[in-house]
Amino acid sequence: MVGGVTFKMEPLEQFVLRPALGPIGQSVNFTQSNLYMVIGGALVLALLVYGTRSRAIVPGRWQSLAEMLYQFTFSMTVDQIGNEGRKFFPFIFTLFAFVLMGNLMGLVPFSFTYTSHIAVTGALALFVICLATAVGLMEHGLHFFSYFVPKGAPAALLPLIVVIEVISYLSRPVSLSMRLFANMMAGHMILVVFASFAVGLAGLGAVGALGGFVPFAINIPLIGFELLVACLQAYVFAILTCIYLHDAVHLH
Amino acid sequence: MSGNGGKPGQSSQDPSFKDQSFDDRLRAARLRQGLDKPDAAQAAGDKSGLGVGLTAGVELVAAEAVAVAIGYGLDRWLHTMPLFLIVFVILGFAAGILNVWRRFPPAGTGGSG
Repeated sequence: MVGGVTFKMEPLEQFVLRPALGPIGQSVNFTQSNLYMVIGGALVLALLVYGTRSRAIVPGRWQSLAEMLYQFTFSMTVDQIGNEGRKFFPFIFTLFAFVLMGNLMGLVPFSFTYTSHIAVTGALALFVICLATAVGLMEHGLHFFSYFVPKGAPAALLPLIVVIEVISYLSRPVSLSMRLFANMMAGHMILVVFASFAVGLAGLGAVGALGGFVPFAINIPLIGFELLVACLQAYVFAILTCIYLHDAVHLH
Repeated sequence: MSGNGGKPGQSSQDPSFKDQSFDDRLRAARLRQGLDKPDAAQAAGDKSGLGVGLTAGVELVAAEAVAVAIGYGLDRWLHTMPLFLIVFVILGFAAGILNVWRRFPPAGTGGSG
């Protein structure tokens, strides 16, 4: 705006959904979010297929990466759920790899972060909670509902406690999806805000160009921080899924 | 050395007891130096100050949102407009506190209470 430079700061513009793949994508509402989901799934598959193709005893780089991802998720599943958790391992691994790949791909410039939309994280969280409830009902039958009655609670307080427990249980998918979505969206917004400060200041002549280095310098550690958040939030999402499945299998 | 000539029970107990106490001391020392994080912290994943604050906040808001949705739905259904909304706002706050308590149990409690 100063000096004839029109400059707009739109930190939310990056989350707008646009049709991808030309007219075919437009006619079936295939957005860039869907496209990145497909790419993310393909990348995970490619890593596993390419990484394990040589089956070397001494693993190479890609095989190490694939094995580390597998081993990490497997030990997390068994540690949290116990030995019964082995049957949930494919599900947890898929979920973890999908969320992690989405978070990490979002850090590549000009890409799209599909985990920054609550529609995506909400659908994942709903699926998790429906699965956990179904597992609880299948393992324990109607005894599953004793989950909402804490041990040793006085009978007079039960009407109150059961309602509170049910609200607490139902709030799980909300907090699960909100945490991932909010973290990803906030991080990407902050990056854009500081980047636009740098661009805006650069348009203000010599002093502005010097000042523009400050927000630019802030963005460098921020990218590293976002890398941490991307891995951490995928981990938190997976481990909370494990905890919910543990509760469904063991009831407390 | 001392366990070799003693009773079998003693000899098997002695080294394990020593090992345990050494492990305990090592763990306590590492914890003091900040080399290991406490077990609960590892299970919870994110234990930085900001992380705890964000998680606790999200838990509170999530429970409140669910409770308000239930209360509003019941009121719409039964035509008792403010009644269930008011009741469930209070219950939702209690559920939020319960969520936070379960995620970050205070030291010295089992965490399930």
